[in-house]
Amino acid sequence: MIIARVIGEVVATRKHSSHESRKALLVQPLTLDGADDDRRDPVVALDWVDAGVGDRVLLVAEGWSAMTTVERPTSPIDMAVVAVIDSIDLAP
Amino acid sequence: MQLARVVGRVWATVKAPNLEGRTLLLLQPITPDGSSKGRRLVAVDAVGAGAGETVYWCRGRESSLAFLPDEVPTDATVVAIIDTIST
Repeated sequence: MIIARVIGEVVATRKHSSHESRKALLVQPLTLDGADDDRRDPVVALDWVDAGVGDRVLLVAEGWSAMTTVERPTSPIDMAVVAVIDSIDLAP
Repeated sequence: MQLARVVGRVWATVKAPNLEGRTLLLLQPITPDGSSKGRRLVAVDAVGAGAGETVYWCRGRESSLAFLPDEVPTDATVVAIIDTIST
């Protein structure tokens, strides 16, 4: 999974039925020090934890995990936000 | 899923039977501000997208699941047309 920050909400009227009534979030992958990861572009993920702009979240970027998380199995979903991160402990 | 702009269509007369009747779109990946970034690719359309529209697309094996029960041979599918992104 990837640590990321929510930077937007994506509004789409016309979308695949499996994406209906699921919030689509624009998320920016982060480095461990909390900065934007320059090597990774923002991606769109469906939300299962009611995350909002500014939240630091866990992003799963694999289809099976993403689609089952949002309770839409066998559907075209490859990314989902599965947790809002409270804190990260880095071993010294 | 990833952001892109539809920049064209691809036509193919000879193709796998399960691609019959499907629209092949040429996509330019973009950043949230709309600028082009990354290599163009071809995706199957699941939502009726057309040239100039901003979309997001699904990649990998799951992109084929948009067309069930049809089994469409694709690794990229346009699954939404984006109206706005609120930040």
